[in-house]
Amino acid sequence: MRKLKDNILLGLLWFAAFLTVAVLVMIVGYIFYKGIGLISFDFIFGDYSPSGGGGILPMIVTTIYTIAISLLIATPIGILAAVYLQEYAKQGRLVNTIRFATESLTGIPSIIYGLFGAVFFVTTLKLGMSIIAASLTLTIIVLPVIIRTTEESLKTVPRTYREGSLALGTTKLQTLYKVILPSAMPGILSGLILSMGRIIGESAAIFLTAGTVAAMPASIFSSARTLTVHSYLVTQEAGDIELAAAVGIVLIVLILILNLTATFISKKLNKANY
Amino acid sequence: MSSIPIKKDAGEIGKANKRKYLLEKVSGRVFLFCALLSVVSLLLIIGFVFYKGSHPFIAEGYSFIDFLLGSDWVPSEDKFGILPMIVASIYATIGALIIGVPIGLFTAIFLAEIAPRSVAKIISPAVQLLAGIPSVLYGVFGLAIIVPFLQNNLGLIKGQSLIAVIIVLAIMMLPTVVTVAETAIRAVPKTYREGSLALGVSPIGTIFKVVVPAAKSGIMTAIVLGMGRAIGETMAVILVAGNSLIIPTSLTDSIRPLTTNIALEMGYAFGTHQEMLFATGIVLFSFILILNFVLARISSKGGN
Repeated sequence: MRKLKDNILLGLLWFAAFLTVAVLVMIVGYIFYKGIGLISFDFIFGDYSPSGGGGILPMIVTTIYTIAISLLIATPIGILAAVYLQEYAKQGRLVNTIRFATESLTGIPSIIYGLFGAVFFVTTLKLGMSIIAASLTLTIIVLPVIIRTTEESLKTVPRTYREGSLALGTTKLQTLYKVILPSAMPGILSGLILSMGRIIGESAAIFLTAGTVAAMPASIFSSARTLTVHSYLVTQEAGDIELAAAVGIVLIVLILILNLTATFISKKLNKANY
Repeated sequence: MSSIPIKKDAGEIGKANKRKYLLEKVSGRVFLFCALLSVVSLLLIIGFVFYKGSHPFIAEGYSFIDFLLGSDWVPSEDKFGILPMIVASIYATIGALIIGVPIGLFTAIFLAEIAPRSVAKIISPAVQLLAGIPSVLYGVFGLAIIVPFLQNNLGLIKGQSLIAVIIVLAIMMLPTVVTVAETAIRAVPKTYREGSLALGVSPIGTIFKVVVPAAKSGIMTAIVLGMGRAIGETMAVILVAGNSLIIPTSLTDSIRPLTTNIALEMGYAFGTHQEMLFATGIVLFSFILILNFVLARISSKGGN
């Protein structure tokens, strides 16, 4: 009787895992099956034409802009904030407040970020619906990710490194940029790559701050649409699942490459330390 | 003999040291400033959303109770009631939890306790990829596969429904639940398992009676995080929800959760209408804050 119960539970465990994998295979499989027919050199590197049949280069360029700008701002701030929390701060009320704020930022849904971006960056700072407004909003979204991953990798730097360096008479700052940061670099890098994935996948916040103009952005102050927003709009407005899936393929391949790079880098980290 | 040059050196070193210490002090301040930026961002977000959202109730005489409990949302007629959306959000989230949590939890147990290395090596990256897929694509998949499937098999006029939202959200919360719960289960000390096995409990019995209860707080965290993901999801939900403004009474009703209301109307809303969308954001925000509070309670308990 107990044996039977055990076997049923074991069966359920296998079934659940199977289901999880099956769902993934179905989604990725479907996107590829539906969209692969459209994928071509012209599709990826061709300019968009509103009448259909054009490429998605403007959306790719917009996506790259948003990644570049938001990481350019968020990376230094995030790393230095993590350094403060891990290396400089005395544990206490201030650090707890900062940690609480960072964690709360992680939990805020992207549509709320979108609302905030729409009223703060777009209206109050008068940036208008633009790539820069979206990028600044995304900066706040990825900031907690960068802070957390940097903190984690700072934690893995052995105490002895710090002690050894300080014992040689270096200052805290010298120890930081000559010893601690270099050994934490792989972890920090994979955190940055994860943030890129987050930016690529973001849609609601960008939708409300960058607008939906389907054209090559003239500058970072013009309104434009990223790959995800494009995928959403062609589905919602035109019901063009095939096109949405083709954009989806580009997105999934990008995410896959980023994931593999992050795994590769963090494996290197383990080899370097032990 | 060489006392003079040494003195000179000492002077120079002293100067260099002074600069070093100054740099040290300044850099500490800069780091603190960067760390405080996340607090500032949070305050700005809360400030702006609450300021904009509370304006109609404070300055324009709208009743907040009518807003929360009103069931008519007709911006053109100055009617702003979001009860249907609150109910829709809650139903969709609970439904997604009912489907997603058992599957996610069992997958996590499987990965941590049962799976042979080779199998785990396939599933873990799969879960990671599932987490990375942009949410829009879940919506596209839902609209292209789940919605027609429901339409054909349940004989609905319109496949976009509460149940379609629930299924899509359940899939979307899977990676969160799996990864967080798996970490928690793996963190249970080996001695617990050995003790239980030594007492003659079967391996499966050990997992469900010893390991899972020991990982309880981590598993609760996984569920709350999954819930946060479900309640905040927007773009995927728009595509499969149908967006009707009714209080759902059955799984096949078309719904409009809080998030989609904001995304759908923000593009053209202005004045009071726009402020009411911010007020919708406040309600959504409050749900998330409650979840965060619960989460903090769980993790402080787990710490003890």
